[in-house]
Amino acid sequence: MTDTRFNWMPKLLSRLRKSRVEVTEVPSWHDPVRTLWVQARDWGRLATYLQEFGCRLAGLWGEDRLERLRVYACLEKQGDYLLLKVEVPAAEPQLASWTAVYPGVNRLERHTRDLLGVTFLDSPDNRRWPRHQAWPEDVYPLRKSEPLSGHSPDADTPADSDYPFQSVAGEAVYEIPVGPVHAGIIEPGHFRFHAIGETVLNLEARLGYTHKGIEKIAEGRTAEALLKLAGRVSGDSTVAHSWAAAQALERAAGIEPPARALYLRALLLERERIGNHLGDIGAICNDVGFAFAQMQFSRLRERWLRDNERLFGHRLLMDQLLPGGVRHPLDNDAASSIREACDRLREELDSLLPLLRDNQSLRDRLLGTGILSTEQARRLGCLGYVARASGCGYDVRCDSPWPPYENLSIRRPLQQSGDVAARVIQRAEEVYASLDAVRQILDKLPPGPLRAHWPEAATGAGMGMVEGWRGEVLAYVRLNGEGRVERFFPRDPSWFNWPALAVLIHDNIVPDFPVCNKSVNGSYSGQDL
Amino acid sequence: MFRILRKIQSVGIITENIERDSDYEALGSTLKRQLERQFQGSLAIRELDSGSCNACELEIQALNNPYYDVERFGVHFVASPRHADVLLVTGPMSRHMEEAARRTYAAMAAPKWVIAVGDCAVDGGIFGCSYASRGGVSKVLPVDLTIPGCPPSPRHLVKGLLALLDSAAAR
Repeated sequence: MTDTRFNWMPKLLSRLRKSRVEVTEVPSWHDPVRTLWVQARDWGRLATYLQEFGCRLAGLWGEDRLERLRVYACLEKQGDYLLLKVEVPAAEPQLASWTAVYPGVNRLERHTRDLLGVTFLDSPDNRRWPRHQAWPEDVYPLRKSEPLSGHSPDADTPADSDYPFQSVAGEAVYEIPVGPVHAGIIEPGHFRFHAIGETVLNLEARLGYTHKGIEKIAEGRTAEALLKLAGRVSGDSTVAHSWAAAQALERAAGIEPPARALYLRALLLERERIGNHLGDIGAICNDVGFAFAQMQFSRLRERWLRDNERLFGHRLLMDQLLPGGVRHPLDNDAASSIREACDRLREELDSLLPLLRDNQSLRDRLLGTGILSTEQARRLGCLGYVARASGCGYDVRCDSPWPPYENLSIRRPLQQSGDVAARVIQRAEEVYASLDAVRQILDKLPPGPLRAHWPEAATGAGMGMVEGWRGEVLAYVRLNGEGRVERFFPRDPSWFNWPALAVLIHDNIVPDFPVCNKSVNGSYSGQDL
Repeated sequence: MFRILRKIQSVGIITENIERDSDYEALGSTLKRQLERQFQGSLAIRELDSGSCNACELEIQALNNPYYDVERFGVHFVASPRHADVLLVTGPMSRHMEEAARRTYAAMAAPKWVIAVGDCAVDGGIFGCSYASRGGVSKVLPVDLTIPGCPPSPRHLVKGLLALLDSAAAR
C-alpha cells in the first residue's frame, strides 16, 4: 500500500505547472495527507483540473487567520488525501465557487460563507444555508472577533419565514411544506415538496434547525474536552466522530496510541456500525408498514446496546475515546462474550433476512423505489452505504486503511441497483462484514497499555478520516501553543448524502418519502453543526 | 407467512422474559396505575427535538421496542401536538428551533406538561448558551420536569414519566 501512495501526485503537479497554476508543497503531518498551498486567483480553474484528474471532493472549510481568511479543500484519489490551502484578505474575502464542478460542495461553501464570511463567486446557488434568523447577514460567528454569546443573547429568535425556496409552477402543481417538527421521533428539518397528484416533481430540504455552534464552542477546548464534543456532533456516530477527531489530534501532536487501544477503537467502531444498521433495517421496513421487521430488528438492536452498556458502560458508546487511547479495558471473559453474541446475531440474521427478502409486499414497496444511479452518486460525492448501494465502493477502511485496519481484511459489499431495497441489502451485508471484522479484531487483539501519554502542550494541525457507519467522517483540528483547540471542523458524511435524497425521490410518490429518507438516513445534527 | 409466524412464535414474548429479572415491570405497573387514575389510562406524548445530537431520540425510540414496550402501560407517542398531554423536549434550545418549539407548545391543549430530556435540555449541557443556542429548554418553555442523562436510558425515561405523574397528582 505505502509504496503506491501518492504515485499520481507527480503527474498532477506537472499538469498544474503546465497550466501555470502556482503550487507550493508544504511538509505534511502524516502519510495519507499531502498539503499544497495555492493562489486565490487559480482557485476556480483548479476545481476543473482536479475533477478531470479524478479527484473526489471530500470537504471544504475555512478559518479566521486575522487579516486573512484561510480556506481548505480536501480531495481524495486512490485513498490518498490532498489538502489545498488558500488565503484571501479578510477585507475582501472572495474565491471562485466550485459548485458547478463539484455540486456536493455547494452547502459547504454556503456554510463557510454564512459562518466565516468568504464569498464564493459565480455559484449557481448562493442562498444562505446554516443561517436562519439567529444572527444578521453581516455577522460571521466564526470570526475570532465575534463573541461566543452572539450580540443579543437574551433576545427571542423569530421564525425563518422568508427563505427563498425554489418554486415550481404549472397547472396542477401543488406544494407540501413539512417540518421542521416531524411526526416521528426524529430530528428537525424542513422539506418542501412540489407534486402533481402523488408524484414528486421536486424536493428541497432546508436544514440548519439544530445548528448549535459546535465549531465555535470547540475553540479553546483541551484535547479531551474536544473528544467529548466530537462525540456529540451526531450522537449515533459518536465513535466515528471522536475517532476522527482523536486521529487529527494525535497526528498534530505526533502521538501514536498503543496497538491495543487502536484495536479496541476498531471494535467500538464496528459495534457502532452494527447497532445502527440493525435499528435502521427495522425502521425502513416499518416505514412501509412491515412491523414484524421493526419488532425483530429493534429487539436485536436492544440486545446489542445492552451488551455495550455491560462491556463499556454506555449504551451508545459515548466518551470511550481519550487522546492517545481508550477509556475501558476489555478482559478475556468480555471478549468471549462478544464472540458468543456475534454468533447469536449471525444466526438471527440468517433466519430473519430471508423472511424480509421473500416477503412480497415488502419487495413491492422497496424494489425500484428511490433509485440513485451510480453516476448521480459519484457526481454528488455520496459516501458510505448510500454510495455503495449505487455501485460506488469507496471505504476508508479498505482504500486508505489506518491502524489497525491495515492488519484486518474488511469485506466490501457492493450493490448496483441503487434503490431502497439495495440500501437495505447493503446494510445487512455490512453487518455481516462487520461481524467478520469483530472476529478478526478479537483474534488479533494485542496486549499492552490502553493509552499513550498525552502532552498537554501539544501543538500543530492534523486531519483524521474514519469510515463511520454512514461513511467517511473527516475531522480537521488545529491546536494553539498551549494545547488548546484553535479550529475544529468535523465533516459528517451527511453533507454529501442529504443532496442525494432530493435526487432519488424525484418521480416517486409522496407517501414513499419516509422510507426513502430512512434508507438514506442523513444526520441533521451532523451537518447542521 | 408461516415462516414469519414461526419466527414470532419461536422468539416468544420477550417483553415479559426480561422484566422478571428487573424492576422495570414494577415500574411499569405503577406507571399504569397512575395513568389510569389521572389520565383515564392514556398518556399521549409529542416528542420535540430542539437541537439534540440525536442520541436522546435513539433512546426515546427504544421505549417502543419489544423490551420496554411502553404502550402497554398506556403511554403512546403521537404525531401532532394537538393530541398530546406531554411535550418531551430533547437537545439544547437551538435559536433556530425556538419559534417552532413555542408554536408546538401553543398547539397543545391544556392541561399540558413539558419534560426536558437529557443534559442539554436541562441546562444546555455541553453546548451551553451561545450565538446559536439559548441553553436549557426552560429559557423558552415552562418545564415541569427534567430527566438528566447523556442520553438518559429508556429505564430512566420511564422513571421520569412516573415522577411527572407524582408531581401532577400533587398539583
